[in-house]
Amino acid sequence: MTATLNAAAALEIRNVHKSFGTREVLNGVDLTVNPGDVVAIIGPSGSGKSTLLRTVNHLEKPDLGYVAVHGDLIGVEVRGTHLHELSQRAVRHQRTRIGFVAQSFNLFPNLTARDNVAEPLIAHKRLDKSAAFERAVELLAKVGLGDRGDAYPRQLSGGQQQRVAIARALALEPTLLLFDEPTSALDPELVGEVLSVIRQLAATGTTLIIVTHEIGFAREVADTVVFIDEGLVVEQGPPAQVLTAPHHSRTREFLSKVL
Amino acid sequence: MSEPVTLTPPSEHPPISDHVTRFDPQVAHRRVTPRLRPWRWIVSAAVLVVLTQFIVGVFTNSHYEWNKFWAYFTRESILDGVVVTLQVVALSAVVGLVLGVLVALGRLSTNPLINGLSWAYVWFFRALPLPLLLIITFNFSYFYPRLGVGIPWGPVFAEVQTSALTPLAIGVIALSLNEAAYAAEVIRGGILSVEGGQIEAANALGLTKARQLRRIVLPQALRSIVPAYGNQLVGLIKASSLVYYVSLLDLFGAVYVLESRHPESIVPILIVGATWYLVLTAVLSVVQFYVERFYARGNARALPPTPIQRLRNFTTSSYVRLTRRGF
Repeated sequence: MTATLNAAAALEIRNVHKSFGTREVLNGVDLTVNPGDVVAIIGPSGSGKSTLLRTVNHLEKPDLGYVAVHGDLIGVEVRGTHLHELSQRAVRHQRTRIGFVAQSFNLFPNLTARDNVAEPLIAHKRLDKSAAFERAVELLAKVGLGDRGDAYPRQLSGGQQQRVAIARALALEPTLLLFDEPTSALDPELVGEVLSVIRQLAATGTTLIIVTHEIGFAREVADTVVFIDEGLVVEQGPPAQVLTAPHHSRTREFLSKVL
Repeated sequence: MSEPVTLTPPSEHPPISDHVTRFDPQVAHRRVTPRLRPWRWIVSAAVLVVLTQFIVGVFTNSHYEWNKFWAYFTRESILDGVVVTLQVVALSAVVGLVLGVLVALGRLSTNPLINGLSWAYVWFFRALPLPLLLIITFNFSYFYPRLGVGIPWGPVFAEVQTSALTPLAIGVIALSLNEAAYAAEVIRGGILSVEGGQIEAANALGLTKARQLRRIVLPQALRSIVPAYGNQLVGLIKASSLVYYVSLLDLFGAVYVLESRHPESIVPILIVGATWYLVLTAVLSVVQFYVERFYARGNARALPPTPIQRLRNFTTSSYVRLTRRGF
């Protein structure tokens, strides 16, 4: 029997296992995401949602199983009967097609907002310096910060920092955008501005995968909600079904706690 | 079951204040006047008295022989010594820093052999007293008369006679080897102080390791490396006086030779030596201050004040304190 990769899928995750020491975090996750879909991953803390997201751009290497983006295996290749690690250079190239936005923004504090966004463009020689700076300001304008290019991250509010981080993740024009709890580190009154930027991205047809605790937001923007518990996909489906009429008792239990 | 926490009911709290004073309602619109701090002024006055006494003493005490100071300060042998000290310090600082960065990266490497070797380097060169290391380097040609590059157990392409090394080269080699061991630890500490999320973000953007180090990690690490390395360099300036052991006439050597030839002028010659070292260290401290300010960009909302700004702040705040009280 031979397996084939589904090139039509934006993301394909098969049998992904990951342990840290003796603690198993992912126990064989399977997931397929179609291009243009907005997927919200929800689940209790420690359920493996963030780890799963981080395997998609190979920040975590699966112990077993594989991740493929648009039909390309991430971080590995098939040689004969086994998967083999790719070179760092190849992984770096693959990461340019996947945008990643972390919970704690992780902007480079020694660079201005503009330089943060221009950095990947210059590093990958997509544009020369002056064109990269111009493009960076355009991207900042898209997230409503066109006039804050000269500010250092610490001079910006949490919501503004996260919007700069989104602009930076968009710089290389990724085909897939990953958000790891993008609003968890924000004060409640700043959550809205970040969600509205994500909402705009969802409307443009970019494939988005969002690990989130904002159930209301998931219901509003997601095409598919995936509920993960104990390192496994427990159930997935349209938000109306998963969030309103879940099939599994564990989903019901989780939702009763967070809603 | 543990005891439940109980709070004192409000009725049992002692009243905060039971008297009401009458005052001008406009006080609510006026800035609070800072305290006068009389003790600060008294202590400052006492310190100033002692300081003035000392300074006056320095200029009136005839043993200082200030009339001879300038001649010795600018004497050719002393100036030559200053040049040698500057050469030794500058070369050892650069070579030591480059080697230190390599050893620090080695210490952070996941390769156990590289990691172990770097650890051994730091252990070895921190353990040897500098005078001993200098003398070993001086006598290096007795251990290894020739050093060459070639194929192991095969032909040699190029080689040098180690006995041909100049005292300057010997001094710089020994000081650099020692400096690198300390610099490596300072740099490693700086790199470890950079938050892990930074490297993760750089990885997620597909930046190469070299670019991550140059653009992201080192600029942030330098914030904690610069003060510690400045400390190292001050130590290096003083440690450079040990090159006297390998018959190199640096500033200390020049002072030492001069005072043994002119025992009648020992005080002015010692003052000249001390003054030169103070000047070199002062220049370094000023450079360090401004380098630190440079790397503080983006890390503080306001940059630390320069000494001139600080003095200005002090005079304005004192002025406010005094004028408000009608002085």
